[in-house]
Amino acid sequence: MVHQYKLGGYNIVLDICSGAIHVVDDLAYDIVSVFEAKDRDAVLLEMKEKHSDKNLSDEELGRCYDQVAGLKEQGKLFSPDTFESMAGALKEKTAGVVKALCLHISHTCNLNCSYCFASQGNYHGERAVMSFEVGKQALDYLIANSGTRKNLEVDFFGGEPLMNFQVVKDLVAYAREVEKEHGKNFRFTLTTNGLLIDDDVIEFANKEMSNVVLSLDGRKEIHDRFRVDYAGNGSWEKIVPKFQKLVEARGGKNYYMRGTFTHANPDFLADIQQMLDLGFRELSMEPVVCAKGDPSELTEEDKAIVLDQYEKLAELMLERDKEGKPFTFYHYMIDLTGGPCIYKRISGCGSGTEYMAVTPWGDLYPCHQFVGEEKFKLGDVWNGVTKPEIQDEFMGCNVYARKECHDCWARLYCSGGCAANAYHSTGSIKGVYEYGCDLFRKRMECAIMVAIARAFGDNK
Amino acid sequence: MEHIKTIETRNLCDSAKNGGCGECQTSCQSACKTSCGIANQYCENTKESK
Repeated sequence: MVHQYKLGGYNIVLDICSGAIHVVDDLAYDIVSVFEAKDRDAVLLEMKEKHSDKNLSDEELGRCYDQVAGLKEQGKLFSPDTFESMAGALKEKTAGVVKALCLHISHTCNLNCSYCFASQGNYHGERAVMSFEVGKQALDYLIANSGTRKNLEVDFFGGEPLMNFQVVKDLVAYAREVEKEHGKNFRFTLTTNGLLIDDDVIEFANKEMSNVVLSLDGRKEIHDRFRVDYAGNGSWEKIVPKFQKLVEARGGKNYYMRGTFTHANPDFLADIQQMLDLGFRELSMEPVVCAKGDPSELTEEDKAIVLDQYEKLAELMLERDKEGKPFTFYHYMIDLTGGPCIYKRISGCGSGTEYMAVTPWGDLYPCHQFVGEEKFKLGDVWNGVTKPEIQDEFMGCNVYARKECHDCWARLYCSGGCAANAYHSTGSIKGVYEYGCDLFRKRMECAIMVAIARAFGDNK
Repeated sequence: MEHIKTIETRNLCDSAKNGGCGECQTSCQSACKTSCGIANQYCENTKESK
């Protein structure tokens, strides 16, 4: 399969199954578009007419055609999808191996954001915090079930995890104490709304957290529209200086300034710009995940704005490169030469199999977005997975499990999409969240364009 | 005349031969938490990364 598009002044041709990316002139672009449908003579005749203004000789037209044909021969154009039989192979090979847990360290929050997918932190259930004993058992469960995996990922998530900070610290201390004897390396991430950040948190986070995810929606009026305390007061003024202090002290270690955009701000580039103006450089801006009919839900009218914003964001990134003030955007990070292998690309996201979420009570769910959906409860950290039939369903999630993905050029960039988004929009984890797909495809087109500009040095 | 420039990328067909170690990051796990994409992840197995 080939996908071709024009963006940022480039004619881009993606050969989906080999991963090859070509930048072509107008003639080659048009030849590629009809190459598989017509023979050489018919293609050249059509091109001679279509590109008559360029006064190209027959030899030149033929040379261009032959270059396209040569790439096909080399397996870099029109390469067939030969991977379907491998689908699920990685999951089968690693069946039973867990390598990442999301610890719901606190099912309570000091903010009351109406758009929160976690329902203000309690996931539609009781408010609670995780005890050290439950957390320790979760870490022991992870170590015991991680097979030969060395790098184990643990997220401290909520609600607001800093409302249970002492347990976070104690669990990290425990993990550091036992990781070497088991030949493991824990990588921790903390997601926080920032209200409780102080010098102690900053020192701890910068020493122990491989990544911190800091929630900021950008412009003050946008952020304070949703991210309010229980008295209805906005949090922007309180958290921004704390985030700035934490990031400055982080000394280059990973962080994401992570915002959510909703129906209130489909023009989210202004929020990205606000983050940049505040001095932040590692940014993520996510479309809201909410119930159908929620006032914050993105509409079809919003979609056109959002897609345009993604293109403008790509332009802004290249402009900032030229100014010597680069920044990263989570969804535009793409490693063309060292990205994931094909097994990863076809095997799905890993939720419910190698990745699970742990509630404050020690229950296991396929991922953080399924917590609170009782029918997806897999088991607990003492007894492991006791409902293998649910896990089997997630095991079967891969690129080829969804018929809608068969004809999608972006399938090897998304790996079949988010099971939770699919479930919430279609009622099946093997469904497709079409709205999210449209956004994803645009993000990939933009990400690849930015990567091309950088590879050519056009951003200097 | 140069009509086509090919960008260096990881050959996915070749990666089938020795990929699949499973050490790479899980889904959106340590990042956005709300949407899946694997294109922005990197390969942990540097020997196999090209």
